[in-house]
Amino acid sequence: MPSSISQDVAKAGTFKPQRSFADEIYRHVREPFPWLIVIFTAVVGLAPVVMDDVSLRESLLLAAVYVTLASNLNLMIGYAEYVNFGNIVFFGLGGYIGVYLATSWHVNLVLSVLAGGVCVSALAYLFGRGILGLRGAFFALATIGVNEAIHAFVTNFEPWGGATGIYLSMDAYEPLGGPMSGLWFCYYLLVLVMGLSLLLSYAIKTSKFGLGILAIGQNEDAAAVLGVPTPRYKAIIYAISGFLPAVAGGLYFFKSGIIEPNGAFDLTTSIEAIVMIMLGGAGTITGPVIGAFLYEELRGFLLFSETFSHLQLVLAGALLLIIVLFVPGGLLGWLRARLPWLRKWLQ
Amino acid sequence: MRKGFYLLAAAAFLAAGPALAEDTVTIGFTASQTGKLNNDSTSQLRGFELWRDDVNAKGGIKAGGKSYKVKFVSYDDESQGTRVQQLYTRLITQDKAQFLFSPYSSGLVATAAIISEQYGKVMMSIGGAEEKTYKLGNKYLFQTYTGASQYLAGALDVLKHKNPKAKIAFVYEDDPFSKAVAQATRELAKKDGFTVALEESYSSSTTDFGPIINKVISSGADALLGGGHYADGSTLARQLHDQKAKLKWVTLLVAPDSPNFSKLGDSAVGISVPSQWEPQVTYKPDFGPTPAEFAKEFTAKYKIAPGYHAAGGYSGAMILQHAIEKAGSIDPKKVAAELNKTDVTTFFGKCKFSTDPKSHGLQIGHTMVLAQWQMKDGKLVKEVIWPDNAKTANIMY
Amino acid sequence: MIGILASVVDGVLVGAVYGLAAMGLTLIWGVMNVINLSHGAIIVLGMFVVYFLTGATGVSAYVGIPVVVVVGFVAGIIIYWMSVNRVIGRPILMSLLATFSLNMIIIGLATAAWTTSPYNVPVSLPGITVQNYTFTGTHIMAAIIAGAIAGILYLFLHYTRPGKAIRAVASNRDAAELNGIPTRQVLAMAFGLGVALACVSGALIATLFPFTVLSGGAYQLKSFVVTVLGGLGNPAGALLGGIALGMVEGLATPFTPVSWTPIIEFGLFVLTLIAFPRGIFAFTKA
Repeated sequence: MPSSISQDVAKAGTFKPQRSFADEIYRHVREPFPWLIVIFTAVVGLAPVVMDDVSLRESLLLAAVYVTLASNLNLMIGYAEYVNFGNIVFFGLGGYIGVYLATSWHVNLVLSVLAGGVCVSALAYLFGRGILGLRGAFFALATIGVNEAIHAFVTNFEPWGGATGIYLSMDAYEPLGGPMSGLWFCYYLLVLVMGLSLLLSYAIKTSKFGLGILAIGQNEDAAAVLGVPTPRYKAIIYAISGFLPAVAGGLYFFKSGIIEPNGAFDLTTSIEAIVMIMLGGAGTITGPVIGAFLYEELRGFLLFSETFSHLQLVLAGALLLIIVLFVPGGLLGWLRARLPWLRKWLQ
Repeated sequence: MRKGFYLLAAAAFLAAGPALAEDTVTIGFTASQTGKLNNDSTSQLRGFELWRDDVNAKGGIKAGGKSYKVKFVSYDDESQGTRVQQLYTRLITQDKAQFLFSPYSSGLVATAAIISEQYGKVMMSIGGAEEKTYKLGNKYLFQTYTGASQYLAGALDVLKHKNPKAKIAFVYEDDPFSKAVAQATRELAKKDGFTVALEESYSSSTTDFGPIINKVISSGADALLGGGHYADGSTLARQLHDQKAKLKWVTLLVAPDSPNFSKLGDSAVGISVPSQWEPQVTYKPDFGPTPAEFAKEFTAKYKIAPGYHAAGGYSGAMILQHAIEKAGSIDPKKVAAELNKTDVTTFFGKCKFSTDPKSHGLQIGHTMVLAQWQMKDGKLVKEVIWPDNAKTANIMY
Repeated sequence: MIGILASVVDGVLVGAVYGLAAMGLTLIWGVMNVINLSHGAIIVLGMFVVYFLTGATGVSAYVGIPVVVVVGFVAGIIIYWMSVNRVIGRPILMSLLATFSLNMIIIGLATAAWTTSPYNVPVSLPGITVQNYTFTGTHIMAAIIAGAIAGILYLFLHYTRPGKAIRAVASNRDAAELNGIPTRQVLAMAFGLGVALACVSGALIATLFPFTVLSGGAYQLKSFVVTVLGGLGNPAGALLGGIALGMVEGLATPFTPVSWTPIIEFGLFVLTLIAFPRGIFAFTKA
């Protein structure tokens, strides 16, 4: 995996610094990969409509949320190599802000969830300046602490319903034309957020900023010596990695009809997102997507199968162990090592 | 990939159950086979299964000249809301469930209701006592339990009778249900002229009640009302005893109802619990088994006495069956209309649903009893002590 | 006033047990830079071992402690060779995930076997009553045992050959290897030791509070807090950290609602990490 990253770094580093914005856009439009993302997003968005399958929509919706979580977390874990264990705090907090604005203040849903994203990113930037001074395991522990502290705070925060959380009434869906069309609306938006997450991952990877982040991931001290403003860059990537998950949180909990602290700040979901990244391949753009879809299919399968439903946790654990021990590059890392031509198509 | 999984899953189902030729009615639900709600959810599930076996043994549900065998489709919701909507959508669109039972616990009920309402499917809510869920504008959701705000009303009546000037400490679990109960009761208590000496909530995972009990002692309270679910409630009872908190009256939610509570020995003596149902109650049912018959049948099958979760499961399903038979059809609209008119007594007690659009489906017929663990001939037994017309023993204060 | 004192003393007694649990976590970190995310599951394992032991043989839970140590040690060695050995020295993410996957496997198997119903280990010891406040015998006993085990661990690490080998490997693995110490075996032993400590603390907690298969998560988080207060990799600090945490909680509860305790706890945790990454009790490191 490190070798493939350094090749990516080398590739991203070949462009000349002075380039006009139009050139910059043109350079990306010429590449096949961003188009793959757009097509993929459109296919996911339209599949349940074309196949007229609501069950498929529910399954894809969860997958889209997972892709959003995994691919934004990948910015920290795969690019900057900072292990963020408490990433779910973005999702939960964004969910609370979004749902609260949409229900208590009757703000337009899209504006509410965007506000959630902005607030969370701003908070993440402030927090990031503090805890990103920690390295390795210390940082990982701190992110758990932040999640648990905010979890405990929200549990006691009465305006957000404390431990009970916020229940949405059926009226909340009226501006969207009732619950039926409201759920479709949330689905399209979540798929859109998923597509944006992937484009974001791509844009960062091919930018100068991204190069700095990847350098931090490879060797932070060396990056600092070479002039990468590491504290600021780290705080910025931390803030960016919080934005889209927060937006997704708002949409997801609005769609679920209830948000309560234990569901919103569940550390297990945090770790599941890491598992997805590992399954697909850390540091790549396609990897978290493959990982999220595989994971969602697998959990769904285990859940629906009569034989395995009691042992689903055991099987998921065993699979994770095998990947960590024997396939640390994930599925994509494994494939790319064997089929080099894939690299252009699956970055 | 996806198709492949579904085919596999479908094959597993086909292998599991033989194809049925006669008319069937499919009822879908999720149960918490794993996760923290597993204990309570399982006894409810047993209630469902016992009902299904009874109905099918008698030839099924008879409606409009046909008889429908009952078939269950259920999945594990892992005690979490994450997959509830996915699973209920699947139950309705793929498994073609005609009727639904709710998941266990208030939060999950609210999540599932958004799906069942969209498809206009009747969902019997068994195990969601929190009233908030029923004030969200649902039309097809029907609650069989007495709502949260009524849970401790009986305990207050007893206190009024025994010590009208009692100082009460409210100590309750920080979850939607217990909190709704405690807050409603606190208002009632203030109105009745009691002093609220202390109010503390604790997180669901609390195991060390030492600090709280010290606070209770410091507050000089006579009575403690609160608790939450099994794990925390039994711990609280045990530690109250260990730390010799000199309380004259303790009523805890849910936990003391379980037969397992007697394992606490001396710690259990005198502890009372509001209960939806006890095997000793003497309701005269309009149809279905009597309380004693149900308890006997359940004990014979599962080798454990039924708690109210099990009884609630059975009777909730039976109310649905009754409505289907009255409607003479399995059309959800007709059945919902019958449920709106329901006003019956089963072995579980009275059942009547609110038809006010603001609180549609809320249970307004059923009443609770108060049970207390007492020492009788050297053995711990749970006696019904309130209301007077249902009591099997005197109050021990 | 006496109420506050009672609250603090109670906090310290329970804190000592949390300290013991954290000691297992911190020992493993100090020796091999692995944060053991199966810690909570192992604590639960200890609880069930003592539950079945007392149930089957009828002996007192305290008599069962040595058995728990042995079971924990063996389980630790197995876990080490199964999942940890290959990820030593690899990025921190790998060891986190390897141990987390074990957590999933253990919890999954335990749920299938024992469901998530609560269990109790019946212990009764006379307590001490001061005015209206009672300190239960089980709390006092658990704190004493936790202190004693911490003492034994100290003697083991400082005065026995294997103990010295562990410390040598912790301070410089390459140098230890060059001096002929079989480092992999020593790492396995240290891991076994850490797991045994977690198991014992689980057994002690089981004598205090009821537990379920899922109880481990909460104690694992507490262990993290204690470990950070005491300084990662510092066993003596962990005990002090546990006692300090108990004291803080005991002091806070008479004045704030109990539901605010986690906010204080985790706020302290994050602040300590930022301000004193080596822990507040760094001076105790030998």
